[in-house]
Amino acid sequence: MKTKLQNKIALNIIRIIAALVVVILLFLLGDILISGVPHISWHFLTSASQSFESGGGIGIQLFNSVYLLLLTLIISFPISLGAGIFLSEYAPKNLFTSIVRMAIEVLSSLPSVVVGLFGFLLFVVQFQMGFSILSGAIALTFFNLPLLTRNIEESLRAVPNLQREAGMSLGLSKWRTVTRVILPEALPGIITGVVLGAGRVFGEAAALIYTAGQSATNIDFGNWNPFNATSPLNLMRPAETLAVHIWKINSEGVMPDASAVSAGASAVLIIVVLLFNIFARIVGNSLYRKLTATK
Amino acid sequence: MSIEKYNFSEKNILQFDTSRHQLAITTQGLQVYYGNKHALVDGDLEFERYRITSLIGASGSGKSTYLRSLNRMNDNVAKVEGKILYRGLDVNSSKINVYEMRKHIGMVFQRPNPFSKSIRANITFALKEQGLKDKKKLDEIVEVSLKDAALWDEVKDDLDKSAWSLSGGQQQRLCIARTIAMKPDILLLDEPASALDPISTSKIEETLVELKKRYTIIIVTHNMQQASRISDYTAFFHMGHILEYGKTKNVFTTPQIKATNDYISGNFG
Repeated sequence: MKTKLQNKIALNIIRIIAALVVVILLFLLGDILISGVPHISWHFLTSASQSFESGGGIGIQLFNSVYLLLLTLIISFPISLGAGIFLSEYAPKNLFTSIVRMAIEVLSSLPSVVVGLFGFLLFVVQFQMGFSILSGAIALTFFNLPLLTRNIEESLRAVPNLQREAGMSLGLSKWRTVTRVILPEALPGIITGVVLGAGRVFGEAAALIYTAGQSATNIDFGNWNPFNATSPLNLMRPAETLAVHIWKINSEGVMPDASAVSAGASAVLIIVVLLFNIFARIVGNSLYRKLTATK
Repeated sequence: MSIEKYNFSEKNILQFDTSRHQLAITTQGLQVYYGNKHALVDGDLEFERYRITSLIGASGSGKSTYLRSLNRMNDNVAKVEGKILYRGLDVNSSKINVYEMRKHIGMVFQRPNPFSKSIRANITFALKEQGLKDKKKLDEIVEVSLKDAALWDEVKDDLDKSAWSLSGGQQQRLCIARTIAMKPDILLLDEPASALDPISTSKIEETLVELKKRYTIIIVTHNMQQASRISDYTAFFHMGHILEYGKTKNVFTTPQIKATNDYISGNFG
C-alpha cells in the first residue's frame, strides 16, 4: 500500500508542476495578447513609426526583424551544419575536438550585452560597417551558432548507427552516407533547433542595440535593389527591430500612445514567433516526408 | 557451470583442394585487436564459392568480429592484421578502395536497418549514387532483387510506401534485396534472423538456400539448427580462436575437437 501511495503522491506533484508551467504560459500569452491585439490593425502593421505623435505603426520594424532573422539563419545555418556534422560524424577524440567543444560552450554562455558590445567595437567601429543590418546579423550569428551547432550534432547523433553501417556496407562513402542517409533522418530534430534559435534571435534586443542600431530609417518598399540606400534589402542601413523598438518606446518613448504601441508590438512579436514556428514545422515535415517516404 | 579451459593449439581446420574446389575468399593469419584485447587470433579460413558457410560459437567468441573484418566494417573500430585474399587482392591492404570492395562483398546486419525511404528507394538509392539513372533499368533491378529475396509478391503494390511499414522479417529481406541489387560476389550475414520470429526466419533461410546458386554466403548464427539446416560448411569459434572447420555434417555429427563437441551438445554457450 505504501509504494502505491508514494507513487500517487509523486505523480500528482508532477502533474501540478506541469499544469503550473502551462498556466504561467497561458497567463503570459493571454495578458500580452489581450492588451496588444486590440491595437493591431492593417495600418499599425504597415505604416512607419512616429517619434512624437500618436498613430505610428511598426511596419519597418516588423520587416527588419524578419529580414534580420533570415540573414542570421543564412549565415549561421551552413556554419552550424558543418560544425555539427564534424562533431557528430568525424571528430576524433583529441585536443582539437575538445577545444572546439569548449569554444561552443563558452560562446553559448556569453551574455547578449557582451556580444552586442563586442559586435559594436569590432564591426561597427573597427570595420566601419556602421549600425547596419549586417553587423546585427553577424552579432546574432554568434548567438545562434553554439545553440544550432549543438542541436544539429545531437540530432545527427540520435540517428542509429545501423543506418551508417547500412550506407557504408553498400559502398557509399562516409560523406555520402552522412548527407544522403543520416541528415534527412535527423531533419525533424534540426528543424526544432532552427525554430528555437529563431525565437531567441527574433526576441533579442540587447545585442542589436549596439549593432543594428535603434533607428528605423525610412525604406521604400518599391525599390528592391539591395545596393540602394532606401531599399529594404540594403545590408548597410541601420535597422531597428521589433524587440529593440519595444525596448526603446518603453525606456524613452514620448509619443502619446507609447503604451498602446508597445503592447501591440509585443503581441505582434509573439504572434510572428508562433507563426514562424508553425511554418518551419510544416515545411520541415513535408520535406522529411518527401525524403523518407514516411506517411 | 564453469567454462572448461581448452587447448587452443588443438585445431581441426579444413583446407580445400583447389584443383577441385573454387575459393571465393580466404584469410591468412587474421588478427583483430580492440585496444589491448586480442579478439581474434590467427584466423585462417577458406570459403568455397557458391556455398553457405556458417560461423558458430558462443557470444564473444569472435565470429562477428571475423565476419565484419572481411569487408572492412571494422575499420576505425578495431585493428585488423593479416591477409584477406579476394580475387588475388589483399582486401586488408591500405591500397584497396574499400567503397568499391564493399560492392563486391555485401553485408546484411543483425537488426533490420532499411533506410527511412520508400521500399523502391531502399534498393535504387545506392545504385543511383553510383550513377545509374536509367529508370527502366532501375525498375528491373528492383523487381529482380525483390524476387531474389522472396519479397516481391508481398510488396509489389506498395513499392512507394515507407520501408518501415514492413514487418521485421520483410525489412530484413528488403535489406538482403538491397545488398544483392549491388550484384555482389559474396554475401556476409551477421545473425540475420536473430531478431525475427520463426516464420520469418524460415523464409530467410529458404531465400539464402536459393541465393547460394549465385552467391557465396557466409553467415554468423547463434542458432545451431539453422547452421545445420542451411550451411554446407561450419566453422566453430571459441574465445577468439577458430578451433574447428569442416563440412557441416561432420562438424555436427563427428566433431574432432572437444570444445566443439561440448558446445554442440550444449555444455556451454
